[in-house]
Amino acid sequence: MQETNVMKLEFDSLSVNESFARGAVACFAAQLDPTLDELGDIKTAVSEAVTNCIVHAYPDSIGKILIKAKLDKGAIEISVRDWGRGMEDVEAAMRPMYTTGGSDRAGMGFTIMESFMTSLSVKSAPDKGTTVTMKRRISKRASRR
Amino acid sequence: MKMTSYLQGRQLTVALTGEIDHHVAKTLINGVADKIDTFLPKHCVLDFSDVAFMDSSGIAVVINAKRHMELLDGSLSLQNVSGQPKKVLDAAGIGRMVEMV
Repeated sequence: MQETNVMKLEFDSLSVNESFARGAVACFAAQLDPTLDELGDIKTAVSEAVTNCIVHAYPDSIGKILIKAKLDKGAIEISVRDWGRGMEDVEAAMRPMYTTGGSDRAGMGFTIMESFMTSLSVKSAPDKGTTVTMKRRISKRASRR
Repeated sequence: MKMTSYLQGRQLTVALTGEIDHHVAKTLINGVADKIDTFLPKHCVLDFSDVAFMDSSGIAVVINAKRHMELLDGSLSLQNVSGQPKKVLDAAGIGRMVEMV
């Protein structure tokens, strides 16, 4: 069996696509036989990353969001990319409770992505867009093989 | 997102259902606020029994409900929080701000 598997998914930055995106990535990740907990973590992190694109990258317009996912050696690596407004100060954006959104935003997106995934990196430039790359290892289950 | 609620004395319980994300958050925040304004309870309980998934948008729902109750000199608690929604609330340290039963 081939060890790696990749997929790409591009969609409009409409909030109705948040559930579609996390559901699609979860379906892809299911090939690694994750636990329900692990799947929940991945769905949560994808939901946060995609919501950031919709709320912050394209605040007044509809743009494209590209998700790439790769299954490799018992881990899933997910990148969520936009071509929107970008950020001057990535560090500030990653601080808990920091938000430039309204009162319906908690400012906890990056904190949750960081605590739910094994690793997280963020690349961003003003007016160029943002790429969030995160990785999650899936534990080997005793019942397998 | 459906929302059912019931009043027992001065306690209002609002049951949230389904998946809470940014797509439904605003409607939910306003929906809870409307219920509170209608019944003016002393205590409000958000019930999470039927919440299958939530991201940080759910935290904003809780914080907004808490602020709203504080304006009325009332209080807020959460009940039946488990699984994935509990993990998100714990990661945000919500247990330090709001009682979870």
